[in-house]
Amino acid sequence: MFFLKEYYPVLIFLGFSLALAGVIFGASFILAVSDADTEKLSSYECGFDPYEDARNAFDVRFYLVAILFLLFDIETIFLFPWSVSLSQLPSIGYWSMLDFLFELVVGFIYAWQIGSLDWE
Amino acid sequence: MWLTFLTILLNIIDLVIPLLIAVAYFTLAERKIMAGIQRRKGPNVIGYMGLLQPLADGLKLFVKETVLPTNANIVLFVLAPLCTFILSLISWAVIPFSFGNVIADTQLGGLYFLAVSSLGVYGVLISGWSSNSKYAFLGALRSAAQMVSYEISMGISLINVCLCVGTLNLTEIVIAQLDIWLVFPLLPVSIMFFIGCLAETNRHPFDLPEAEAELVSGYNVEYSAMGFALFFLGEYANMLVMGALTSICFLGGWLSPFGVGILPDGIWFGLKISFFVILFIVMRAILPRYRYDQLMKLGWKCFLPLALALFFISQGILMGFDWLPN
Repeated sequence: MFFLKEYYPVLIFLGFSLALAGVIFGASFILAVSDADTEKLSSYECGFDPYEDARNAFDVRFYLVAILFLLFDIETIFLFPWSVSLSQLPSIGYWSMLDFLFELVVGFIYAWQIGSLDWE
Repeated sequence: MWLTFLTILLNIIDLVIPLLIAVAYFTLAERKIMAGIQRRKGPNVIGYMGLLQPLADGLKLFVKETVLPTNANIVLFVLAPLCTFILSLISWAVIPFSFGNVIADTQLGGLYFLAVSSLGVYGVLISGWSSNSKYAFLGALRSAAQMVSYEISMGISLINVCLCVGTLNLTEIVIAQLDIWLVFPLLPVSIMFFIGCLAETNRHPFDLPEAEAELVSGYNVEYSAMGFALFFLGEYANMLVMGALTSICFLGGWLSPFGVGILPDGIWFGLKISFFVILFIVMRAILPRYRYDQLMKLGWKCFLPLALALFFISQGILMGFDWLPN
């Protein structure tokens, strides 16, 4: 019930904004005059016809950035509860987080050294 | 039960309508201020000194034809602008405008905010992939990589604030700043947080996704009419909410400087948000754009180590002098 009380307004907000976005988009879609032809509906490529699918190979470094982001974001999420309750933690709680951060920094330096943060 | 529902719904409408008007006039302010900096006049035809221009723009976008490209993935293509718009609205749920004047007074407000702003990447990625256009695809990849890179340093900056105030509830964060605004003890952190906001909302000097010289307009190139308008509204509402969060975390939210009072609390909060809005606009007018490799270098090789180091310093000082809250 506690959870419901705190996040109930967020749920209503979500429903309201979903309805609002749907109404705005839908009303324009229905009301505006639609006069489509093949050229208008083809995807944009600087004036000429698109000659291949856009979803082909892309640089693997984007993937690498996403994985690094996952690692560091999980670390950030770990730090939030720790930082809020720091004054109540015994020293083991404090030092184990510092140890975790130390290892993370070692990993970060390694990632830097092997060049996975480089964009040339 | 129904009464509570209705009250909350009215509260939400009371927030969303002024918000949309604020976004509309944000765009007018942007055009006017940039025109002023570049010694032009800016929009001045519709209404007195162009004051009705945003409404005219909105109406124009509303009556335009919605183009759904044939080789796009239609369901996702429609979903992406809705996603961006909805996420930019619901992050306002935890923002307190004055004491107790907040829609959802949750204990985890800061975390909720970070979670919702992380989800913003989905709108960008979905639109870029579903458009099935090369420009949109490349723009979405760049934009997503940029947003996630700067999110980490923003998160760690927010942890600095958490350490100093000992809570994630945004109302309590403001009240903890009654004696001193956190911008003074945490000056480097607050500057870093603001730069992170610029990168997170894809604004100058980090507006690479929209690099019009190479990618035309980035991930939203295939969108027209209301699809485009929803992206546009979402992006500007995001900028406003980032300004609001920066004011809450570092400039004392609705607190007046030196406790002078005079104006109502909400007005002070509005003034602080306006300050950030003008900063956003001026940045756009005066700064050149970063190159993409410089942007990633700045995010991963400067901001991340610096954020970690500042975090270590903050917690070291707080632990060493026994200044922890609670």
